[in-house]
Amino acid sequence: MPDGAYNYAYLDEQTKRMIRRAILKAVAVPGYQVPFGGREMPLPYGWGTGGIQVTAAIIGRDDTLKVIDQGADDTTNAVSIRRFFARVADVATTTRTEEATVIQTRHRVPETPLKEGQILVFQVPIPEPLRMLEPRETETRTLHALSEYGVMQVSLYESIARHGRIAKTYNYPVLVNGRYMMSPSPIPKFDNPKLDRNPALQLYGAGREKRIYAVPPYTPVKSLDFDDHPFEIERWTECCALCGSRESFLDEMIVDDEGKRLYVCSDTDYCQERQGAQAQGKEAP
Amino acid sequence: MYVAVKGGETAIEHSLELLADRRRGDRDVPELSLRQIDEQLALAVDRVMTEGSCYDRELAALAIKQARGDLVEAIFLLRAYRTTLPRFGDTLPIDTARMVAERRISSTFKDVPGGQVLGPTFDYTHRLLDFALMANGEHPAAPTAPVDTTNDLPRVGDILEREGMLEPPPSAENDAPAQDITRTPLTLPASRPVRLQNLARGDEGFLLALAYSTQRGYGNNHPFVGEIRFGAVPVSFVPEELGFAIEIAEIDVTECDMVNQFAGSHDVPPQFTRGYGLAFGHAERKAMSMALVDRSLRAGELSENATAPAQDEEFVLAHSDSVEASGFVQHLKLPHYVDFQSELVVVRTLRAEVEARLQQAAE
Repeated sequence: MPDGAYNYAYLDEQTKRMIRRAILKAVAVPGYQVPFGGREMPLPYGWGTGGIQVTAAIIGRDDTLKVIDQGADDTTNAVSIRRFFARVADVATTTRTEEATVIQTRHRVPETPLKEGQILVFQVPIPEPLRMLEPRETETRTLHALSEYGVMQVSLYESIARHGRIAKTYNYPVLVNGRYMMSPSPIPKFDNPKLDRNPALQLYGAGREKRIYAVPPYTPVKSLDFDDHPFEIERWTECCALCGSRESFLDEMIVDDEGKRLYVCSDTDYCQERQGAQAQGKEAP
Repeated sequence: MYVAVKGGETAIEHSLELLADRRRGDRDVPELSLRQIDEQLALAVDRVMTEGSCYDRELAALAIKQARGDLVEAIFLLRAYRTTLPRFGDTLPIDTARMVAERRISSTFKDVPGGQVLGPTFDYTHRLLDFALMANGEHPAAPTAPVDTTNDLPRVGDILEREGMLEPPPSAENDAPAQDITRTPLTLPASRPVRLQNLARGDEGFLLALAYSTQRGYGNNHPFVGEIRFGAVPVSFVPEELGFAIEIAEIDVTECDMVNQFAGSHDVPPQFTRGYGLAFGHAERKAMSMALVDRSLRAGELSENATAPAQDEEFVLAHSDSVEASGFVQHLKLPHYVDFQSELVVVRTLRAEVEARLQQAAE
């Protein structure tokens, strides 16, 4: 272990056990927010402490870790978290979605479909989907207990009344297994369909708010909508400037003073895989 | 081309080096030692220990040095270290009546048993910059009266309590050991031990502002300083293999017992109520703010109308922690361009729809 002053993967074994118990409970009750004794981590709250604690509790020496932020492996915070685990858990890291056993993510779900056995760990800032409608935790816990989600339906309806469509773009609320309303964390709604019946295990960690929740493999996850206003995802008229993809989530960049725009895949691994395949003359994956 | 996306790893390394360099500053100026910080910036050390929930002057001094004097950052450093420490057990509650007090005042009585002792306080300094300090003037040692270490120093609150004028300290619902808020998540409504732990770790500025708001009409509770005392108290621990208490340390604490307006009803005779504050080291502003907020959070228990922010338990307890608040506010510096892109897409769509409608209306 490279940093002998701390236990393997930073957290002590008792804490890891406590977190694993919370995870097991979360898996048993999909979408339910399990309170856990979140610890102070050596990274700031709001920067992924929940995800880091979940990853630290489940990671082992045989794992291969991938960390992304905004879909990219080389954004500063993803680099920082990957370095943290390389340092305290001596774990192999990768940027390839296919190779990873644990993928910690902020704000995206990888474009490459996940497989059984993989675990996707989300960093969650505000776990409570109803928080912006009802600031009190004492109230929202009751609403969940009673499955009383009318307030969210009304808020979506108000959006339609005002804008002619549901203008919510990220952190789009979902219903898990027909029971609990869940915040998918601030992923774009573009990624919501990937949560539904995904073969991988999804774990969500909120460090500051001290909550863990989960979506087990193949669990139905439904984005809220109305019969006459079905859920829909973002579309671009452009394609990726680097790999030509029309299927992936695109980031927009301003490339000169006149405001000229360029669009590239937000998922850097997906984009590079496609470019590599194209260079070899094969059909892009 | 993609400055925002590429090069994170090297950039972080260089940033860390630059930070360490800036921390050291001009190499011609002698480096600060931890002893210097402990001795000469003692109140900064006290605050970091209090809000860092860890009584260790040397580690707190190290945190202050490493954080370049940013106390909230230093508190964060100390907390992140503390959380990794093993727990041997709970000490016995400290008994502040046994304090060897360096300072002790009451604003409710002109004189009290044990006397009013000003001790070292900024209270009666004239806030004039002392240019002698700038010239590096050494100060002779101050004379002090001998301290009575043999007799307990009675608490003003206890004297009032015996008369029935002041309520006894609100006790925990049962004798179960207090829940440790650094090990278990906060659940609401919170017990008083949980509330006091939260306030003790809470940001001094936040508590000060809340306490101030109660004095300006947002949940007034008419406070008097029953007593403030500062000094050293022994800490005792009962090791399982011995079965009796042994003294393992002596720590400095500041305690504030705030006496507040009577509550009373048809059946209950009016009685003064109390709020309590305790901080490591010498931290009167913190202890007083804590006591005022503790009392205002008892609004529900004392059947008062809870209308002000300082009386709202969920609001106060959820937002008091500087490490949580600082992290979450500053996380806005992290990239958010995926979410922003989603917003761009929808705002463009909505704008196009409105423009199309306007054009149609004009034709």
